[in-house]
Amino acid sequence: MKFQNRRLASLAAAALVTSLALTACGGDDESGSSDAGGSGGGDGTTVTFIPKNLGNPYFDTSNAGGKEAVDEFGGSYEEVGPAEGSPDGQVQYINTATQQGRNALVVSANDPDALCDAIGEAMDADIKVVTYDADTNPDCRDIFVNQADSAGIAKAQVDLIAEQIGDEGQIAFLSAAANATNQNEWIDLMNEEIEANHPDIEVVDTVYGDDDDQKSFDATAALLQKHPDLKGIVSPTTVGIAAAARYLSTSDAKGKVALTGLGTPNQMREYVEDGTVTAFALWNPADLGYLAAWTAKALADGDIEGEGDSFEAGRLGDYTVGEDNVVLLGDPFVFDKSNIGDFDF
Amino acid sequence: MSDTAVRPSAASPVSRVLNDLLRSRELAVAVVLVLLVAVTTLNSSSFLFGSTGWRDLLLTPSMLVLLAVGQTCVLITRNVDLSVGSTLGLTAYLTGRLFIDTNLPIVVVVLAGILMGAVLGLVNGVLVAWGRVPALVITLGTMYIYRGAFLTWAGSDRINADDMPSTFRNLGTESVLGIPVLTIVAVVVLAVVGYYLRTAGGGRELYAIGSDPDAAALYGLKVRRRILFAFVLSGALAGLAGVVSAARFGTVSSSVGTGVEFEAVGAAVIGGVAIFGGSGTVWGAALGAFLLVTINRALPVLGISDFWQQAVVGALIVAAIILDRVLVRRQEKALVAARDTPAGSTSPGPPTATPVVAGASPSTSGTQEAVR
Repeated sequence: MKFQNRRLASLAAAALVTSLALTACGGDDESGSSDAGGSGGGDGTTVTFIPKNLGNPYFDTSNAGGKEAVDEFGGSYEEVGPAEGSPDGQVQYINTATQQGRNALVVSANDPDALCDAIGEAMDADIKVVTYDADTNPDCRDIFVNQADSAGIAKAQVDLIAEQIGDEGQIAFLSAAANATNQNEWIDLMNEEIEANHPDIEVVDTVYGDDDDQKSFDATAALLQKHPDLKGIVSPTTVGIAAAARYLSTSDAKGKVALTGLGTPNQMREYVEDGTVTAFALWNPADLGYLAAWTAKALADGDIEGEGDSFEAGRLGDYTVGEDNVVLLGDPFVFDKSNIGDFDF
Repeated sequence: MSDTAVRPSAASPVSRVLNDLLRSRELAVAVVLVLLVAVTTLNSSSFLFGSTGWRDLLLTPSMLVLLAVGQTCVLITRNVDLSVGSTLGLTAYLTGRLFIDTNLPIVVVVLAGILMGAVLGLVNGVLVAWGRVPALVITLGTMYIYRGAFLTWAGSDRINADDMPSTFRNLGTESVLGIPVLTIVAVVVLAVVGYYLRTAGGGRELYAIGSDPDAAALYGLKVRRRILFAFVLSGALAGLAGVVSAARFGTVSSSVGTGVEFEAVGAAVIGGVAIFGGSGTVWGAALGAFLLVTINRALPVLGISDFWQQAVVGALIVAAIILDRVLVRRQEKALVAARDTPAGSTSPGPPTATPVVAGASPSTSGTQEAVR
């Protein structure tokens, strides 16, 4: 019996070591890279981008836009961040950037509160802090660059589906979870927009895929069966639209039922190219990073301070700081066959 | 050890088979399934007759059938495998990664997925068979470990449709003679495992082990090796299901397969597999899987809200367990009555050697009785 126990113990140890090794090899490959080090002693504005996590294609795209802007205005660009999206991980990078005396930080916050102390120290050291993609509490940063507002998101999707089904017929929503705040708000706004401006479009159903591939897939199948006259589906969630597209592309409703919503180009490329989906919306993360970088420069140069101030953001044109010190990127970006090849996120 | 219990039934083989069939859980589940499909089809004819509807009816359950078959083999030995959902997720992601990172042919990728599932199942099997810790705890642990490894490996990365070759993705929807390829795969697996469990010595030993593990060990059965085998099989089938999932859904994110282990256990229980081992068939489990999936697809078509679907599934599982208890009690009574009547007298009642629980074949109950 003793012998057996020892054998068991060694087995358990082996299992533990294996799991540790597994964890390790996944974890360490992406942490803490940086493109350019040191503080800029020269003329250019030094900007540090801190995304939620590194190795995330969405932020890779976004920060590429940021780098483009920084290069345009001749500043020095740096990207640092945790390998996993956690607020603790971001704090240390904010602290480091503060010690280096960068001119501006551009942060996508993993938590609205947890970063405030670190950001406060940075602002005390006269570093300008811009949040993008995900905001902190409004009182602990200078400006938030918002990718899109709910009304804009709702209107863009309604416009797309109206165009695709000829502004009349039955449509349905395929949402995420039944209690998902964002999706519910967008769906309410879309309903209002349809009622107000598209009298011939009838919303016949709202189903929930819980942001689960299989459930969204089955929900799409059920929608098509339950409503034989369905003309279109709007899925304001990236998982839902991809699952619905996958189902449609292999069903006899392909080409008969239009599908649009919010999706990412990598997920949707296949279905746009095979004709299942004509066009879908999302903000352009590259433009978001680009605008955030220009906002940081305008702040660092003292061109803007808060609400009401205007500045110029390179190729995107002029922007004005809005309520709560928020800069709105603009209407969602529409992806279709002609431009989807340009994106990789 | 009385030999009355192993005495062959006095009833004729035909009436015995018919009797078994009529009492079997499999038939009950099949009837419910047929009714469900019929009612739904009356409501929306394309559910059965539309080409997509017909395909979905057969195709959608195939993934869960694979998992339920594996789970049944484990449940029969009085164990449980809760890690299958995480195993499925890991192999689905492995499948996608192999297509992205290598140029391996599809067959090799499929085999790699099955192999990885088998290895993960082997870990479970070794820990359960040699650790003498309940499988519930071990596989609950490996469920989290495998999921954690998956999250670490995949991170926020996901496999998209255009990462995988279209010939592979087409496997997810293609049909041969009106039957989807994935359904054929599931049915072949079902047939092979079903045949093995019913006729092969190794398969019968799984039942014996589940009926009474200590007695099985005393009898000289290779308990550990059999349990190990059951877990490896379950893992391998979960691996295959992962590949199937990748082919069918065309995307793999780090949440794939979350919670599917409970569906697999639920399918087996609904299909008459006893959670305490020793009885049940993969046919029943497969029908259970079919029913579970079809309910989830049919309720929305019937206009029953999402919110009720889970409750219906739960009620079905509870009903299955209660039915089990009732059947077992009734048969225990019948067996007691049979024992109390003097041997040799021709009792007009049911044959004495009817299985203790519906679904188990006579030889199981023989073992079961012999070791009591």
